[in-house]
Amino acid sequence: MDTHPEAPLQPNAVPAPSSGSAADGVNPADAHLGTRRRTESVASLVLLTATLMAALPALGILGLLIIRGAPALSFEFLFTMPLQGMTAGGILPAIVGTLWLVGVSLLFAVPVGVLAGVYLSEYAGESRLSRIVDLAIVNLAGVPSIVHALFGLGAFVLFFRFGTSILAGGLTLGVMTLPVIITSTKAALQSVPQSFRLASWNLGITRWQTIRHVVLPNALPGILTGIILQVSRAAGETAPVLFTGAAFYLPVLPDSVFSQSMALSMHVFALVTQVPGLPDSMKYGTALVLVGTVVLFNSFAIALRFYLRRHRKW
Amino acid sequence: MNAPSPAPVVSAETLSLWYGSFRALNGVSFDVTHGEIVSLIGPSGCGKSTLIRCMNRMNDAPTNRIEGKLHVSGYDVQAKGTDVLALRRDVGMVFQRPNPLPLSIRENVLFGVRLHAKHLSKAESEALLQESLEDVGLWDQVKDRLERDAETLSLEARQKLCIARLLPLKPRVLLMDEPCSALDPDGIGAVEELMDRLRGRYTQIIVTHNMQQARRVSDRCMFMLMGELVEMSPTASLFTTPRDERTARYIEGRYG
Ligand SMILES: Nc1ncnc2c1ncn2[C@@H]1O[C@H](COP(=O)(O)OP(=O)(O)OP(=O)(O)O)[C@@H](O)[C@H]1O
Ligand SMILES: [Mg+2]
Repeated sequence: MDTHPEAPLQPNAVPAPSSGSAADGVNPADAHLGTRRRTESVASLVLLTATLMAALPALGILGLLIIRGAPALSFEFLFTMPLQGMTAGGILPAIVGTLWLVGVSLLFAVPVGVLAGVYLSEYAGESRLSRIVDLAIVNLAGVPSIVHALFGLGAFVLFFRFGTSILAGGLTLGVMTLPVIITSTKAALQSVPQSFRLASWNLGITRWQTIRHVVLPNALPGILTGIILQVSRAAGETAPVLFTGAAFYLPVLPDSVFSQSMALSMHVFALVTQVPGLPDSMKYGTALVLVGTVVLFNSFAIALRFYLRRHRKW
Repeated sequence: MNAPSPAPVVSAETLSLWYGSFRALNGVSFDVTHGEIVSLIGPSGCGKSTLIRCMNRMNDAPTNRIEGKLHVSGYDVQAKGTDVLALRRDVGMVFQRPNPLPLSIRENVLFGVRLHAKHLSKAESEALLQESLEDVGLWDQVKDRLERDAETLSLEARQKLCIARLLPLKPRVLLMDEPCSALDPDGIGAVEELMDRLRGRYTQIIVTHNMQQARRVSDRCMFMLMGELVEMSPTASLFTTPRDERTARYIEGRYG
């Protein structure tokens, strides 16, 4: 068995594809066959149930949103300003605001996160520093979003004097999504076989060129997956924008990153809790648009990933 | 002995290497003349891979310590100022498992040279492509499907491709670490034929566990044991009249 000791870095452990389940190993004791068959069917039933339990709430939420929210959807709802203290009109500023916020968060978190992931995977090695950074990142990923919100308020709104603005809100979302982008980038890079790097280094190609031309293109689908999930999170979280960027009711479109704006997540919260006597369809409709926006982002990224898989070069 | 011989392309002088506190090479000295095929045999763990990895600085982990002198293709390999990238262009390596990049056949062959020579004309690169694939005996087989993924090739063809992609860089030394051990007998034969074809133009240092192979392809043979170079002799004499007792025991199969 060749363990590629040639590798100056640790070779990546690629899990060997297991052929079939553990239960179908060759067992000479045929007496146990019946027992093993029963175990097998119980196991598959349990697994199926778990899968359904995972899928049902997701489908339920989507179904409920569509049934209750779809009637509210119209061209007007999507593309006009809210009227009469949000009780009528559309949700355009909330949609636009969410796009701005997510855009700013991505502009910050993607370059920083991906570069940090590259550093940790390709340069840092197994040093103590990299282990400390790893630990910090994992813990950061577990910090509740309301804490990020307070950090954003203190850092971006007050200290850097960005005020309550798209910039402050977007950066707060960016900081929130950063740890996961770093970790998933690092994981995607480490799943690129070490033999590709060795092949390139042995041709006298620099570390950076190897990363740029070999490692990154092959890790890109995985990196994108991590980013996609974080886009959804950034679009959906309410707390981080609550006191950093999002306005409660502001029926104008933002004109720069220093404007305040509405946001979809915040708008759902406001409609549900703050506006008595509102038709349910408006609340569900807004939530449906939020989910739709996220799905849109995701499908774009999935399409991109598919394209890159096919063409593999960039 | 006293005939004027050309400067050796590889020359090691009491070369030792430690992985942490473990001494994997122990005062190894030898010379290799340009164009020779040298095989490197010895039991598992004796330091064969370690030795050839030194030759193009693929053993640069900070916990490794190297002593002694090593000159390869005119470079003082261990010297501080040595241009490692230039050294590696001159001294390419082939691995046990063929490791083509996940690119087309064409792009695999031209990968290195494209990154080194930014302005390569279409005609130049096509010439290099054909020449390199012809040298490894792959051209006729793949000339109509150069755009196909390298992974679609057979194991044997992939290994030849891995040799071919070194050639556009005009290397002087080819290091091969058990290049045939993943191949079937036909593949082994084909790769040995290719080594023979490259004899004289490139210096080839071939690590192998297959003593028949060492006998078939190499001009001289090195036998290593526990980090030491026990014997380096013309292949025929090493296998028929070994100078060292330990070599004799090894080729009789007593170390397994
Ligand atoms: N990166 C490393 N760190 C520590 N020890 C190592 C490292 N690489 C190799 N070794 C050890 O050094 C010794 C020589 O290893 P090397 O890979 O050079 O042997 P080899 O002769 O190529 O063996 P094989 O025939 O199995 O490939 C072995 O004992 C091995 O365990
Ligand atoms: Mg080895």
